[in-house]
Amino acid sequence: MSAISRDQVAHLANLARIEMGDQELDLMAAELDVIVDAVASVAEAPIQDVPPTSHPIAMSNVLREDVVEEGLTSEEALMNAPDAEDGQFKVPAILNED
Amino acid sequence: MSDETLSFDEALAKYDPVLGFEVHVELNTRTKMFDAAPNAFGDVPNTNTTPVSLGLPGVLPMVNRTAVESAIKLGLALGCEIAPVSEFSRKNYFYPDTPKNFQTSQYDKPIAENGSLDVELEDGTVFTVDIERAHMEEDAGKLSHMGGAGRIQGASYSLVDYNRAGVPLIEIVTRPIRGAGERAPELARAYVAAIREIVKNLGISDARMERGNVRCDANVSLMPKGADTLGTRTETKNVNSMRSVERAVRYEICRHAAVLDSGAPIVQETRHWHEDTRETTSGRPKSDADDYRYFPEPDLVPVVTDAEWIERLRAELPEPPAERRRRLKAEWGYSEEEFRDVVNAGVMDQIEETIATGASAAVARKWWMGEISRLAKQREVEPGELGVTPATVVELNQLIEKGEINDKIARQVLEHVLDDEGTPAEVVEKRGLAVVSDEGALSTAVDEALAAMPDVAEKIRGGKVQAAGAVVGQVMKATRGQADAGRVRELILQKLGVEG
Repeated sequence: MSAISRDQVAHLANLARIEMGDQELDLMAAELDVIVDAVASVAEAPIQDVPPTSHPIAMSNVLREDVVEEGLTSEEALMNAPDAEDGQFKVPAILNED
Repeated sequence: MSDETLSFDEALAKYDPVLGFEVHVELNTRTKMFDAAPNAFGDVPNTNTTPVSLGLPGVLPMVNRTAVESAIKLGLALGCEIAPVSEFSRKNYFYPDTPKNFQTSQYDKPIAENGSLDVELEDGTVFTVDIERAHMEEDAGKLSHMGGAGRIQGASYSLVDYNRAGVPLIEIVTRPIRGAGERAPELARAYVAAIREIVKNLGISDARMERGNVRCDANVSLMPKGADTLGTRTETKNVNSMRSVERAVRYEICRHAAVLDSGAPIVQETRHWHEDTRETTSGRPKSDADDYRYFPEPDLVPVVTDAEWIERLRAELPEPPAERRRRLKAEWGYSEEEFRDVVNAGVMDQIEETIATGASAAVARKWWMGEISRLAKQREVEPGELGVTPATVVELNQLIEKGEINDKIARQVLEHVLDDEGTPAEVVEKRGLAVVSDEGALSTAVDEALAAMPDVAEKIRGGKVQAAGAVVGQVMKATRGQADAGRVRELILQKLGVEG
């Protein structure tokens, strides 16, 4: 039984703005299916007495004081930008979004 | 193309509106939520970033302590429970305003939950709004759409400034608000005003709506009258002035009613408010929370609060605005109506300060609600923005009490003070506006007036004391209004040998 459908992969691809062809969708659905199956074995672990935890290390309140530190210049910030204009990142027109 | 709408009255006759709000408050911390880049408005684009705010690989975010404390304070001010353990989550979406492809937010473990806020409408009616949660997150960068007249439709490309990316936000979410009926639009406005007032009072945000410091997403749904099941809602995004919130809610009520009347379902979606046409238009279909694929932020550890920390912050809270209003109203002895007018005119702080500077409550109100409000209206600004200081009001009043100027002259003096001619005393001195109290000069002026009006003088001598008014008028004219009218009258009667 397949846990991941082709439609689910297509939906995820759309959310992630990744264009995928029919073949890729089939392939990815099959591969993700194997991964989900493998991870599903975690559900068999005896965890009734274990509280839910989001982090493996028991740390909390790692906080920073509200003090400004030197950051990047505009030139440095834009150094990796594929395209820039007037000190800003230039991106393609975004349609049908808000 | 415009949507069909029903009139507001028709809509309300058939349906009960249900509201819900998500208000985002930008904090005024010095630095961002998760990195030490400056949190500043209006700087040169992309000069307030670090590798963290740009989401570069391998960076490690770190939570701003002041932002957490601001969130706890706001939670306390909203009567919320502060979570003993609160966590950050990643909200995944792909859009160029977030360089990381996720927004660091809180999902199932927000810092504050289950509060309530008493919202006062203009006529004094109090509505209790239940607060579901308040959580910490970060703002996104700013997009400018180039070409296509700055609109997203028809734009040829967009420019991104990440100065705002990572600025601390608190999102406050209400539970569904029922029972507001025809007052729903007014309540929407009052709710946003109340939140704005609270965060300003706490000193945690500049709360300037025109800068986007306080932004409201307004949810509206309708239930047929008598029904108990919530209808499908729409969420009108980023309505950024109090007036717009009121109008947008009103518009959506009218639009929903027309859709439901036609037998069609409401589409659950986001809507955009357009202040120019005063309409909303369809945005995108509302994503399921599932589509954001929230998961715990692995790079940030939980925020754990204890009683000591919370109580220390609670002790720092200023007097809540509503309580302060009740106290001031009692202290000043204003009537219900007088006090409401003061609040609505936005001069409560000014009156408080004026009283503290030495005026009586009655005098402070007389000036702020009278001449200062009139001048503000004339110059098209808010009374508080006119530039009148409490010290000016107190000084003007002292000049009147000392008999140096009268009320009418005082109003002229105020205008000259506003035109930067100096303090009230300086204006009186420079412009020679002091009341003519020189008995010799007054006596001469009265003699001249009587000589000019012999028939009137005769009448007064004959006992028609009320005729003296005409002579007083003449003297006031001759002294350009600077004489004490009472004293002039006394002089007239005295000179004519008549008892007053």
